[in-house]
Amino acid sequence: MALTRRIEVTLETQLDSVDLGEQIALRVAGAAGFDEEERHKIGMAVREGIINAYQYGNRQQRGKKIFLNFELAPDRLIVEVLDQGTGFDLQQIPDPLAEENLLKTSGRGIFLIRCFMDELDVQRGPHGGARLIMTKRYPPHLRSDLKPGPHRETPRRSD
Amino acid sequence: MSFQATPRLADGVTVVEISGRILLGEGTARLRQLLRDLLADGHRHILLNLAGVSYIDSSGIGELVSGLAAVRSHGGELKLLHLHRRLRDLLQLTRLYTVFDVHTDEETALRSFR
Repeated sequence: MALTRRIEVTLETQLDSVDLGEQIALRVAGAAGFDEEERHKIGMAVREGIINAYQYGNRQQRGKKIFLNFELAPDRLIVEVLDQGTGFDLQQIPDPLAEENLLKTSGRGIFLIRCFMDELDVQRGPHGGARLIMTKRYPPHLRSDLKPGPHRETPRRSD
Repeated sequence: MSFQATPRLADGVTVVEISGRILLGEGTARLRQLLRDLLADGHRHILLNLAGVSYIDSSGIGELVSGLAAVRSHGGELKLLHLHRRLRDLLQLTRLYTVFDVHTDEETALRSFR
């Protein structure tokens, strides 16, 4: 049985957390074996997720936290970004490609996450807030669930 | 690398060589201030040479859109030159490639203002 590895990071609601979270994501994506182009996309998607939490979720309130979780599943990398805001409905996000929104100065972050990751879901976090769940499948040669013979056994790390 | 901008005049156009990252925070704030200052000084034809821009996020894209609107509201034009592949891809993904006038060589870009 292939095991899952998990990394949990708590970030302050401050601008530096955007860069920090992206840097961590790049390291995790590198360790997972993604190539440079995919690492860039994952890093940018995580960056946009943290910007969303910082600006719209926590509304830049320093007392609130941003929770960034990585799960290295056998076939995919799953990244969660949780904030302590009021949450939002993915279906209610305006389409930034619509003619009337093209010249808006914001509203492209969630769209970019969708472009750069394989899946994006937004749920209500355990304490309210938004929980962005983004997924990127490994390329076939890295997927332990597709490898013949015994799977790699990696101890589960959980905080 | 932090945001840097070097303006110069060429054929009546203000060409601004920009380098570094245009990201939420310092990069977007400095781009906003740069365009405000240029407009306040009467510059109306502005060409941003983005060859040295290594990274831009959704906030940076938003700032470019904001700059475009600001320059147009002053009766001017803001155009882009030498986009890095990833920036070009981002503008295509967001359909902004059709909104901005994007050029690949300076001479053609300067002529387009006439």
